[in-house]
Amino acid sequence: MSAAAKTSKLIKGATGEWEVVIGLEVHAQVTSEAKLFSGASTAFGGEPNSHVSLVDAAMPGMLPVINRHCVEQAVKTGLGLKAKINSRSVFDRKNYFYPDLPQGYQISQYKSPVVGEGKVTVDMADATITVGIERLHLEQDAGKSIHDLHPTNSLVDLNRSGVALMEIVSKPDMRSADEARAYLTKLRTILRYLGTCDGDMEKGNLRADVNVSVRKPGAPLGTRCEIKNVNSIRFVGQAIDFEARRQVDILEEGGAIEQETRLFDPNKGETRSMRTKEEAHDYRYFPDPDLLPLELDAAFVKALAADLPELPDEKKARFVKSYGLSPYDAGVLIGERETADFFEEVAKGRDAKAAANFVINEFFGRLNKEGKEIAASPVSAKQLASIIDLIGDGTISGKIAKDLFEIVWNEGGDPRAIVEKRGLKQVTDTGAIEKAVDGVIAANPEKVAQVKAKPTLLGWFVGQVMKETGGKANPQAVNELLKKKLGI
Amino acid sequence: MTSLTSLTLAEARDGLRAKKFSAREIADAHLVAMEKAKGLNAYVLETPDKARAMAAESDKRLKAGDARPLEGVALGVKDMFATEGVRSTACSKILGNFTPTYESTVTAQLWRDGAVMLGKLNNDEFAMGSSNETSAFGPVTSPWRRKGSNAPLVPGGSSGGSAAAVAAKLCLGATGTDTGGSIRQPAAFSGIVGIKPTYGRCSRWGIVAFASSLDQAGPFARTVKDAAILLRSMAGHDPKDSTSTDRPVPDFEKAAGQSVKGRKIGIPKEYRVEGMPKEIEKLWEEGAAWLQKAGAEIVEISLPHTKYALAAYYIVAPAEASSNLARYDGVRYGLRVPGRDMIELYEKTRAAGFGPEVRRRILIGTYVLSAGYYDAYYLRAQKVRTLIKRDFEEAFKSGVDAVLTPATPSSAFAIGEKSSGDPVEMYLNDVFTVTVNMAGLPGIALPAGLDGAGLPLGLQLIGRPFEEETLFSLGAVIEQAAGHFSPAPWW
Repeated sequence: MSAAAKTSKLIKGATGEWEVVIGLEVHAQVTSEAKLFSGASTAFGGEPNSHVSLVDAAMPGMLPVINRHCVEQAVKTGLGLKAKINSRSVFDRKNYFYPDLPQGYQISQYKSPVVGEGKVTVDMADATITVGIERLHLEQDAGKSIHDLHPTNSLVDLNRSGVALMEIVSKPDMRSADEARAYLTKLRTILRYLGTCDGDMEKGNLRADVNVSVRKPGAPLGTRCEIKNVNSIRFVGQAIDFEARRQVDILEEGGAIEQETRLFDPNKGETRSMRTKEEAHDYRYFPDPDLLPLELDAAFVKALAADLPELPDEKKARFVKSYGLSPYDAGVLIGERETADFFEEVAKGRDAKAAANFVINEFFGRLNKEGKEIAASPVSAKQLASIIDLIGDGTISGKIAKDLFEIVWNEGGDPRAIVEKRGLKQVTDTGAIEKAVDGVIAANPEKVAQVKAKPTLLGWFVGQVMKETGGKANPQAVNELLKKKLGI
Repeated sequence: MTSLTSLTLAEARDGLRAKKFSAREIADAHLVAMEKAKGLNAYVLETPDKARAMAAESDKRLKAGDARPLEGVALGVKDMFATEGVRSTACSKILGNFTPTYESTVTAQLWRDGAVMLGKLNNDEFAMGSSNETSAFGPVTSPWRRKGSNAPLVPGGSSGGSAAAVAAKLCLGATGTDTGGSIRQPAAFSGIVGIKPTYGRCSRWGIVAFASSLDQAGPFARTVKDAAILLRSMAGHDPKDSTSTDRPVPDFEKAAGQSVKGRKIGIPKEYRVEGMPKEIEKLWEEGAAWLQKAGAEIVEISLPHTKYALAAYYIVAPAEASSNLARYDGVRYGLRVPGRDMIELYEKTRAAGFGPEVRRRILIGTYVLSAGYYDAYYLRAQKVRTLIKRDFEEAFKSGVDAVLTPATPSSAFAIGEKSSGDPVEMYLNDVFTVTVNMAGLPGIALPAGLDGAGLPLGLQLIGRPFEEETLFSLGAVIEQAAGHFSPAPWW
């Protein structure tokens, strides 16, 4: 990778350019009704300590039992990351004391994870990069300590205790904050396609530990710092930029980077030390004797593979190939499974490029403006398709289509009926258009005189004619007539 | 009429069905005996109200001819078992007055089958000990005494309360747990039968965990048949315990009394340890002779890794314990000693809550799992464990059906005799029993005779995985030949 490092990604320092090396450990909450080792609910937002089983509270004599669905979700994710599925994996105990960790250990997978090496392809503006996946393992989430509700005591909410997480560890394959952001965005898209994690970063259902180091291009890897628990894609970028600069400054001043765990403060936009290597815990990992090794047979994996949905990369390739879309448009449309599905419904049986244009420009533009999810859109795919058909068969112009879209967005209804009722139909009757054209020419002799020398004035004439016809004239017909009559 | 407490469990069960006496009478007879035997300190909690209520239900069912397998049978429960609504402390201060809202699977199955609960039995704190001297409730005194001496003896441990109560007829049978010998050693010291079934035979759900890969529940009783009857109710697959095995539970009672003709019994030469009393060696030979007389074939076998077993056990068990006991932190239940901050709360709570032996094992366990020591200790011990298991597999492959060994290297010792000095001296008690836990095999301890001081000595039979039936049939032969041993009441 270092040889391929592009100048644009490098950081300028006083002593020359530096390359930043980034790896991400993403914690993704498994979409599942029940926790990883207990039957308790995983629902968000319950009363504190209302979703806690005897196992989650680590009562004496309680034992964990693996939730099959969570294993399926992890394997599905592994398949989606084109990764090796390990037929045998082991749950270990990671021992440490904390009030929100009732067992005194977290059940995780240390030496033998359920998923091995895989990869994610990420489209950047100027290139496509591949980020290697080191591993994916299943583990329990901890509870939550609350320090600000009582003057002297801390409170603990165990609702999250025992919820299943997938830790997805990338290789140190990213070279800029942009790449890290793009990777995380892509990973999130894949997880959401698979339905294995909802990717909701606001609820903490997806969060990243970011490993950052810097080096002179071509030099061996530098000492890394780990920025813990960054909970938005934007913050990941900010944290990397700050941290890389901090490390470069230290090195250029002759200092050395200390391997440590850091926290990102979004208010100040900076990272700060949480604990150094010397303060690191000794987790005393050992295989959890309460759980048998997780053995997956080939048929189990095969069945999940057969059931896998079409993934973003494949969907994008198909959109380019079958619909003739540009890679950029296809990339925009497949960002969410729902938007891709919406597009396909709109495009079905009609001009796909026109559909893509309208969906991306008008529809997505409007959704973004309102901050709405596609599921909450007041305009259905069927209505949108109807508008596109009206353009296609020449009933309305593209300009009217935009107005019509506004009407349907705000008031609903059948687009074709609205066109009829409100007289929005495009005027294709050349007689009527000609009349308008003649009128405009007659009323503006000085412009007519100028247009021969300045053909760009044609646009002004088109505008005038459209104004005359209330925007309903077929613009192509107007153009042709004007050209003919003005002799240009 | 013989006292109702002197009946065997099978006699009581059958007598109840024949309406010779009522469940209430059985319960009351035992409650009275318990009252008289308070000095033994076998029970840490008596549950007379519960016993009478359960007995009343049993009498109703008996009357209706609707008796369940253990209808009206009065039992004691080791305090390691969580019992719903009844204080369960593992005999540790750290659990305080912890009263579970749930019932362990094993005890739930006993109650499902109609048994009656008399109370909770004393044990070494968190089952860590071989003499019942580490209990937060104080030691249990054995009902046995040396001839001509009043010196109080230990009943063995960790299930000392269970062994003493069964031997002193304070219940018809009792539950125990066995991590390194905690059923078999006290059974041997107390002249009764105790079996640790195959790992996975009984559910561990609801039993306070000591060392998860070694812990297994089992029964204590005064006869082989009684132990077989109890195990049938205690055993079975439990989806709440991933390590419990999904296989049918045989009719163990039927096995006790079946012919042992043609059975091949291995005598492992490595169990002839230095300094073993002559009496034990003699008894061992006698046991082999009894089995031979009943038609079994005796062969010498080798279990070459035996000598490493105790050392490996005292790494694996504390390692798991150090992690299992991390949950007792003063945050959610049990004892809490406040501190200025979280760390101090942990330190004070755990210092006050755990006794010295438990603390020692937590420290050992934490040490052997630490970065830099893991490979040298824990990993190595696990390798030894694999080798010990392989030793047995080889023996079984060569056609051996069961292995006969002494149960303990000595008879019961006096309270205080071994608890004040080198802890290793105490650990040596488990030398014949830990291998069985390390290999996950079933092992039964049987009373086989008395030593010169009049104290019980036991033999141990070790079987193939899930072949407890073989142990019951062989055990019945030894029982038949050796007879029964009962301490003369002095309490």
